[in-house]
Amino acid sequence: MATRIVMEALSPTMEEGRLVEWKKQEGDKVNVGDVLAEVETDKAVMELVARAGGTLLKQLVPAGATVPVSQPVGWIGSPGESVDGAEVGRPGGQEAGKSGGMAARAPRSSADRPTPTPPSIPAPHPPGRVRASPLARRMAAEQGVDLTTVQGSGPEGRIVRRDLRDGMERRAPERGADAGAGYEDIPLTQIRKTIAKRLSQSIGPIPTFYLTCEVDMERAAEAREALNTAAGDPGRISFNDIVLKAVASALRQHPACNAWWQDDRIRLWHEVHLGMAVAVPDGLITPVIRNADQRSLREIASMTRDLAGRARERKLTPEEYTGSTFSVSNLGMFDIEHFTAVINPPEAGILAVGSIVPVPAVVNGQVVARRRMRMTMSCDHRVIDGATGARFLQTLKLMLENPLAMVW
Amino acid sequence: MAQFDVIVIGGGPAGYVCAIRAAQLGLATAVVEREKLGGVCVNIGCIPTKALLHSAYALRLIQHDAKALGIEVGSVTPDYGVAMKRSRQVSDQNSRGVEFLMKKHKITVLKGTGVLQPGRKVKVGDEVHEARKAVVIATGSRVKGIPAIGLEINKTSVISSDQALLLEKVPASLAIVGAGAVGTEFADIFSSFGTKVTLIEALPRILPLEDAESSDTISKSFRKRGITVLAGAKVRKATVSEQRVVLEVEAGGTAEAITVDRVLMAAGRAVNTEGMGFSESGVTLTERGFVQVNPATLETTASGVYCIGDVAGPPMLAHKGSREGVVVAELIAGHKPHPIRYDNVPSVTYCHPEVASIGLTEEQAKEQKLDFQVGRFPMSAIGRARASMETEGFVKILREKKYGEILGAHIVASHASEMIHELVVARENEYTVEEVDLAIHAHPTLSEAIAEACLDSMGRVIHI
Repeated sequence: MATRIVMEALSPTMEEGRLVEWKKQEGDKVNVGDVLAEVETDKAVMELVARAGGTLLKQLVPAGATVPVSQPVGWIGSPGESVDGAEVGRPGGQEAGKSGGMAARAPRSSADRPTPTPPSIPAPHPPGRVRASPLARRMAAEQGVDLTTVQGSGPEGRIVRRDLRDGMERRAPERGADAGAGYEDIPLTQIRKTIAKRLSQSIGPIPTFYLTCEVDMERAAEAREALNTAAGDPGRISFNDIVLKAVASALRQHPACNAWWQDDRIRLWHEVHLGMAVAVPDGLITPVIRNADQRSLREIASMTRDLAGRARERKLTPEEYTGSTFSVSNLGMFDIEHFTAVINPPEAGILAVGSIVPVPAVVNGQVVARRRMRMTMSCDHRVIDGATGARFLQTLKLMLENPLAMVW
Repeated sequence: MAQFDVIVIGGGPAGYVCAIRAAQLGLATAVVEREKLGGVCVNIGCIPTKALLHSAYALRLIQHDAKALGIEVGSVTPDYGVAMKRSRQVSDQNSRGVEFLMKKHKITVLKGTGVLQPGRKVKVGDEVHEARKAVVIATGSRVKGIPAIGLEINKTSVISSDQALLLEKVPASLAIVGAGAVGTEFADIFSSFGTKVTLIEALPRILPLEDAESSDTISKSFRKRGITVLAGAKVRKATVSEQRVVLEVEAGGTAEAITVDRVLMAAGRAVNTEGMGFSESGVTLTERGFVQVNPATLETTASGVYCIGDVAGPPMLAHKGSREGVVVAELIAGHKPHPIRYDNVPSVTYCHPEVASIGLTEEQAKEQKLDFQVGRFPMSAIGRARASMETEGFVKILREKKYGEILGAHIVASHASEMIHELVVARENEYTVEEVDLAIHAHPTLSEAIAEACLDSMGRVIHI
């Protein structure tokens, strides 16, 4: 009994994947868990693994082809077993037990095609039956939502409660529990609603404003040199690591800046998950340092190295680049002194960090050269008001200028 | 030094299941166990207590109902020692069953205490073993006493379930401190075998995690059977000698001294985290003493070290640990398992009648300000229950009003533990009360009460 290999949803937002390279050839033996192929998703290159053991009987698509999620890409079975076109496309075939109702959903024509051409608009659902839980159906009917337009996140793409409005946050977090929810939702006050509405009308969906300040980095530089001399090469700390650590500590004191805009409410995060923008060959990705406020500078340094390295190789898993609560973008290494960064929604803020340059400064009445750095925070005005953002930057500046303040 | 892909520390229901799943996925796997395979669950927990509860059930059936059932039995003589020995045989059989499963899946069993070392290494005795992919901590938990009030377990007059399960004779009188599942089950066992039982709970009602209606039903049933139930009662002081214990108990503003032969400590459990190299290897603990894990991956603060079961945090239930074991094994093998729904873990107490639940209690649903309708159906209106003389209990369903979602379900019935799964499946697949009712329930069965309670939540109950 042959088992069909399907393009799996390897990230929460993935609708199609490009099969980069087959790692097993037709006729190769495969064990459960073996890597069959590398697949490029919207964010990273991931592995498609075998869900059944046997022999790779057929590759239905060549390397380079783009395939919608849940469409078949190959067959695993016993040598000599026939998986000709007719059998491949038969709805509800023998493999139904293995891949559920997927067979019924896959239109015969595309399953038969050896090299499917990538569809111009990825359809969340191929024509045919929509897989949805009874509760999701009831909610969709009530809300007037067409289920064929909804991407399911349940087993094998089934549409479940959390995919529909009302379904997301109804379970209130258990207070005081160890693994309690890391955030608190606060309903919008009238003034917040008005601010949100008026400002969005004025300058676009995210009413952004910018706050810039200059930071004296002499003490941070001294601390960094001392630590790096003591730790040696493997534990090297960059200026960016110090900035990340300070941002995480400062966010802890300013939860209003560590928040998500959620349309009908603001989500204040109790946990600090810092996104750090990393340039990759054909774009940009923001790996996340989880619970950054609880990590030591050394941990942050080793995590940034690891995450940035793997981001460039496109080897991050979806959990590693989603769920940040605030982001930092640093172009200092390109000698950019000052820039503004674009907010990554639903986050409410992002910090753009420039290069550290020696400038004349007045210290104790004397003009001396000091290493200084400019940073600019982009704020979503629906969440962060001018004074709120300014107070956060004040704390951040204090921490960078007096590194001990991070542990104070 | 032997090398494996995965080393699991602890052979209980979380650890051994994790090992089997890992082996199924082609990983070379070892399990470290210092006592018997199967852990607390198989050896001194879930399984032997169920054997004793069955004896207790049969004894009460014969003593109280035999005559009405048309069976004349003469005088009945309970023998706890025999019941205890049978429970040991059941445990041993199950433990050997786990041994067999380890052999079947070619899993290496390392006997001894596993000590974690940095770099995914585990020391067992003098030997250090290395895990190429991951180490899984599944070291479980144990009973704890309350030394602050003088109730340290001395294994003679102040005992834990570990000793209670090995008694040759029941004590004449017994106070049980803690009326969660464990305390309540032992109250059932010992009272059936003739012990005068006092069940003491600090929170306002017994089975404090269950719905208040479930607690009240069991409380009433226990009182009718002669068990003294003291809820909202605090043990202020204990005077312990080898032969007897005097407890000063304060309840409702009045203090009372209770003298008993034995005290059974059933209040809480401590997790096994000491002396196993956790902090040295970068595994940190939470404020409450559990191993800190990333809730999505169950990975600890040490890279490549995972944690499952009781030691990873509540609920401390074997079936929750087993599921975590499966999920972690799949994550280690590079799969993307379906995430665990911690809000859909059933909870069961096996006293008679049994108590089972899933989801929210009515109290919790109110706290969350949900708009819901309660549906109820009493077991006394179920033909099958009357036929078996087991009419105590009810089924209660909390239906969310707008969409009909099953927010919670609570069952008190002779076979509640078996009935609850219909609602677990329903919730896992997001069936609403209507789908549960639309599924035709066989007649006559106890499960008809579930369909009726669903109907009642919609104002359409038939048989009442």
